[in-house]
Amino acid sequence: MSTNVATERIAVPAGETVSARVLRALNRTPVHIFLGIIAVIWLAPTIGLLVTSFRPRSDIQSTGWWEVLGTLRFTLENYQSVINANGMGRAFLNSLFIAVPSTLLPLLVCSLAAYAFSWLRFPFRDTIFLVIVALLMVPVQVAFLPVQQLFAPLKLTQGFFGIWLAHTAFALPFGIFLLRNFFITLPRDLIEAARIDGSSTLGVFRNIVVPLSVPALAAYGIFQFLWVWNDLLMALIFIGNNANYPMTIQVTTLLGTYGSEWHLLAASAFLLMFVPLAVFFSLQRYFVQGLLAGSVK
Amino acid sequence: MTATPVMVSPPKARRVRHERTGWGTVLLFLAPALVLLLIFLVYPTLSTLRMSVDRGLGGNFSRFVGLDNYISLLNTPSFVGSIINNVLWIVFYTTFVILFGLAIAVVAMRVRYESTIKAIVFLPMAIAATALGVIWAFVYATDSNIGLLNALLGVIRIGPISWLGNPSFVNAALIAVGIWGSTGFATVILSAALKGIPTEILEAARTDGANEFQIFWRIIVPMVSLPISVLAVTLIVNVIKLFDIPYVMTQGGPGNASRVIAFEMYKQDFAAGLYGKAAAVAVIMLILLIPVMIFNVRRFRSSAVV
Repeated sequence: MSTNVATERIAVPAGETVSARVLRALNRTPVHIFLGIIAVIWLAPTIGLLVTSFRPRSDIQSTGWWEVLGTLRFTLENYQSVINANGMGRAFLNSLFIAVPSTLLPLLVCSLAAYAFSWLRFPFRDTIFLVIVALLMVPVQVAFLPVQQLFAPLKLTQGFFGIWLAHTAFALPFGIFLLRNFFITLPRDLIEAARIDGSSTLGVFRNIVVPLSVPALAAYGIFQFLWVWNDLLMALIFIGNNANYPMTIQVTTLLGTYGSEWHLLAASAFLLMFVPLAVFFSLQRYFVQGLLAGSVK
Repeated sequence: MTATPVMVSPPKARRVRHERTGWGTVLLFLAPALVLLLIFLVYPTLSTLRMSVDRGLGGNFSRFVGLDNYISLLNTPSFVGSIINNVLWIVFYTTFVILFGLAIAVVAMRVRYESTIKAIVFLPMAIAATALGVIWAFVYATDSNIGLLNALLGVIRIGPISWLGNPSFVNAALIAVGIWGSTGFATVILSAALKGIPTEILEAARTDGANEFQIFWRIIVPMVSLPISVLAVTLIVNVIKLFDIPYVMTQGGPGNASRVIAFEMYKQDFAAGLYGKAAAVAVIMLILLIPVMIFNVRRFRSSAVV
């Protein structure tokens, strides 16, 4: 970004006249108009939802959210009622309770395996790794029936354990692939020096590889957390107990049953979006890295 | 956990990297991943293949029926309809996401607020498809106090149109939501690729008198064709796995008008206890993804020293 600005400044001759500058700005007008339209198209629907979620029910039904400046009445009642009466409070906690272990477990299992594939020597290493790359494309649908049959006698879909395991397993091909590609870029000398100094393999992993890989681990962790937080399908399959439903299922149910109760829908959808948006605005750099790396998933 | 002690390298330690690691250590690192992959991906794939050739009513897998499930799927109008819808998605969603992504990336490069524009367009990528569904259920609502689109059309005295309730509009409406959700992803990827084009080439073309359109079609597009093809593959995979948007917004309706394969598998077959057919749909999805699997493995083998 900074280099862009620098080159642009060089490109503008110091002695440029005012009229030349105006002319240049006019030339750019179509560019600004195009980007302005794009910004409106991409912001308006989300802003509409946000504004609606804070408007009283009667206002929502009598005027559009784009006329909000005419009424300017806001309330937290919609949020109060979805959190208490419509179970969104409980669903929020369920989403957290599903997403946190489903992020930490893959981080641990993937980084261990990725380390083995990048720095340990064993037979068939590269073949096994290629099989894992191939498994990236296995759709989660193939697991529905067989895994449910495995879970049924153990009652794993009654609690959260089943979905933690399922999310972890389906996160592995991508996580191992991503972290392995990062681990092999670590300096060989550093790892070998530690080994020669008598560090155990686990010691090298814990004291050298993990600390050096914090950006990659963070990017993957954020990606995985949002993936699970936003997941609907796996939750429908592997959570058998209504009391454990995450927000994605709860919001879908509300849309089905209260299709015209817009005040409730807006507030509950915004609760679902709140955590990802907070992550997006605070950790944007890691977030974009993670999603770009995730382009193969 | 008991860590297996690792051999401390003997004096001839220069060759330490060629030494095999002890089995105990390898297992310590690999076993959790391999066990999970075997239980949740490898075994289910094989098991689903087997189930797909069984009647499998209500979970009872004891009646081998050969390819009956596949044949009966091809004779099921809602399944054929869902395949056609997936094809519509592949054609329109993939094309427009790439076109919009490229246009925004190219144009945004010329302004100082480039990163802001990219962030705005990228924002929907963070949000659950479930929330996208609700956001757009608002935009499409027929009530002109709720639905922005019908309110705008009302100004020029059209409508209101039931975007999600009319079979001829519903797929276009859902695909538009998908495009809106994924354009930011394409923008960010293509923007990174565009930055990789050496400015000397563009300068040289301008000096030779090429106009901006020639530069775009003759230089920029060919130079980002590899990222575009990888992006296209990713988007097609998204479509094959697509479930949330139709499930949340229309439940495949009105009628069966907006069904897609993944929805069909869940709703028509899995939830209805037709497990043999459900397994057959899962196998069809897997088969559709096998070319991508091969593409990935090939790409990986050629790019990395394995």
